[in-house]
Amino acid sequence: MADDSRSFPSGGEAPWGGRESWTFDQPTISYIQRAATTGIYDIRGGGAKRRVPHFDDLLLLGASVSRYPLEGYRERCDTNVALGTRFAKKPIELKIPVTIAGMSFGALSAHAKEALGRGASQAGTSTTTGDGGMTDEERKASKMLVYQLLPSRYGLNPDDLRRADAIEVVIGQGAKPGGGGMLLGQKISDRVAAMRNLPKGIDQRSACRHPDWTGPDDLTIKIQEIREITDWEKPIYVKVGATRTRYDVALAVKAGADVVVVDGMQGGTAATQDVFIEHVGIPTLAAVRLAVEALQELDMHRKVQLIVSGGIRTGADVAKALALGADAVSIGTAAMVALGDNSPHLVDEYRKLGTAPGYYDDWQEGRDPAGISTQDPELEKRLDPVLGGRRIANYLQVLTLECQTLARACGKTHVHNLEPDDLVALTIEAAAMAGVPLAGTGWIPGRS
Amino acid sequence: MNTIDLSKTPVRELNQRLHDLTPDTNERLWRITNLKGEHALAVGLTVPIEVEIDGHVGYYCAGMNKEAKVVITGHCGVGVAENIMSGEVRVKGNASQAAAASGHGGLVVIEGDASARCGISMKGVDIVVGGSVGHMSAFMGQSGSLVVCGDAGQSLGDSIYEARLYVQGSVESLGSDCIEKEMTPHHLAKLERLLSRAGIEADPRRFRRYGSARRLYSFHVDQAEQY
Repeated sequence: MADDSRSFPSGGEAPWGGRESWTFDQPTISYIQRAATTGIYDIRGGGAKRRVPHFDDLLLLGASVSRYPLEGYRERCDTNVALGTRFAKKPIELKIPVTIAGMSFGALSAHAKEALGRGASQAGTSTTTGDGGMTDEERKASKMLVYQLLPSRYGLNPDDLRRADAIEVVIGQGAKPGGGGMLLGQKISDRVAAMRNLPKGIDQRSACRHPDWTGPDDLTIKIQEIREITDWEKPIYVKVGATRTRYDVALAVKAGADVVVVDGMQGGTAATQDVFIEHVGIPTLAAVRLAVEALQELDMHRKVQLIVSGGIRTGADVAKALALGADAVSIGTAAMVALGDNSPHLVDEYRKLGTAPGYYDDWQEGRDPAGISTQDPELEKRLDPVLGGRRIANYLQVLTLECQTLARACGKTHVHNLEPDDLVALTIEAAAMAGVPLAGTGWIPGRS
Repeated sequence: MNTIDLSKTPVRELNQRLHDLTPDTNERLWRITNLKGEHALAVGLTVPIEVEIDGHVGYYCAGMNKEAKVVITGHCGVGVAENIMSGEVRVKGNASQAAAASGHGGLVVIEGDASARCGISMKGVDIVVGGSVGHMSAFMGQSGSLVVCGDAGQSLGDSIYEARLYVQGSVESLGSDCIEKEMTPHHLAKLERLLSRAGIEADPRRFRRYGSARRLYSFHVDQAEQY
């Protein structure tokens, strides 16, 4: 058997004469068979599943002789971050550099939204609304709530702008830069329909462009309008999906953003075509450095804060993103998993849906057995918002503790003191994207 | 009447003064002068006052209005009365693109012409245009009414949901899933009321009605070519 032959997914060896094609591998064959059977592309939730260079491909250089470390559990390593210090009268003060990303009521159940708010509040951080507007439960549960202004303008209400703690102008998201949204009819309950001013049970398309502005010059005026409406109190974020990140970040800064949010291709969505998720946008790792460089070129690094999202899972991811220059990170998919998405204890339920724990991504269907990506009242009951909030707070605490552990090992009294010099890359690709040397060398591909 | 001269008072101060008003204020009449095409004038109002804006304005004038009645005596830039919730915004001149975009309620009257995407993504607002509207007007219109006394440009009502469109003149073309519908006595009466509220003289019987064919409400691959 040739050296490059692969074992079957089940773990068994290929039969005599059998060799799986790299070009037509099992997922590809399955894709073609599915396309031929249904005549329609696959829609799913989540972010890119393909292997892309990521924070796992970076390592931190702990202190030794040339740098000295800080004592774990003893010496301070602060984690607070202020967002919106550029223009807003009332910047957001977070205790930890991890926020909860925008996920809509509609895509998620009201219990899930409440749980995210509870967890974020316990941890001292913010959560974010989504397409479809702000629910009272979410506002009540969230000490700091970021209100998204999206192209669809579903549920957009100036009273909610005023009762938000910050406003995020969403231009795109990492899972589908350049794409709008789709909430399938089965998730349009009476309440969701009323909030979005559409008939119950029909598919709801979310526009891919804002209705009343196009281009950076218009965006400048749009931001000015929102500031005027909210008396210049609220931080205004601009969120972009990672594509032409250097230009997009520079233009967002020029347009007057207090905070720029860059979402890489691993960032999740409630429902998008698989082909879109997997083939549009760039990895988060590549986007961070481009965003930081754009800010540095404008002398706005740390003045306009940078939030990075898309595939943040661990405290190591947080530390590495901050070391590359982000001010904070945001989690979405990981927060859903923390709430109970894809939990092994639901194995029988997942089997009935033709899937298994770890594989469930049909968030668009509204049949989530964990009660998270659903509007079914019976399924939603399975998610206790208090318990869910506790799980989110626990998870955020672990991310923070891990990030502090790594920062102390690098001798930092604040997680923001982590810097690119603390990083090396395991692969040439990651070294080139992140702009840090390949481990064991001084070589930064494309730069040295 | 309070008069604010924008050559002496910054826009920020103007809006702040209007925001500081309480619902029971006695200062109900306001006039704004020397506009120089400023953006974001009288945005985010929340109380039932009357504001006359004397001249031509920039983008987003009277954006997200609630309760107030705002009259612009000249022409206005992009997104006048965008996301209006209630109250009334009247433009005596012409309006640029995206007039009343995503408006949730209230009444917007444009006595002159409106440019492209008038009533885009409308969500309950009633819009009456004395003249004509540009292309893609009422795109993805969800609810509310758009009355056009003149002509409508290309792709009127593209991807429309439940918004109701009434056009007196010609329609260059209808957008995806937008069709002409019967003008029933019920709709005629509604149109008559809208014209009356807007203070625009026109004979409702000369209008034709357009709305959604509802073929695209649920994605079906057999209709893919219509998207």
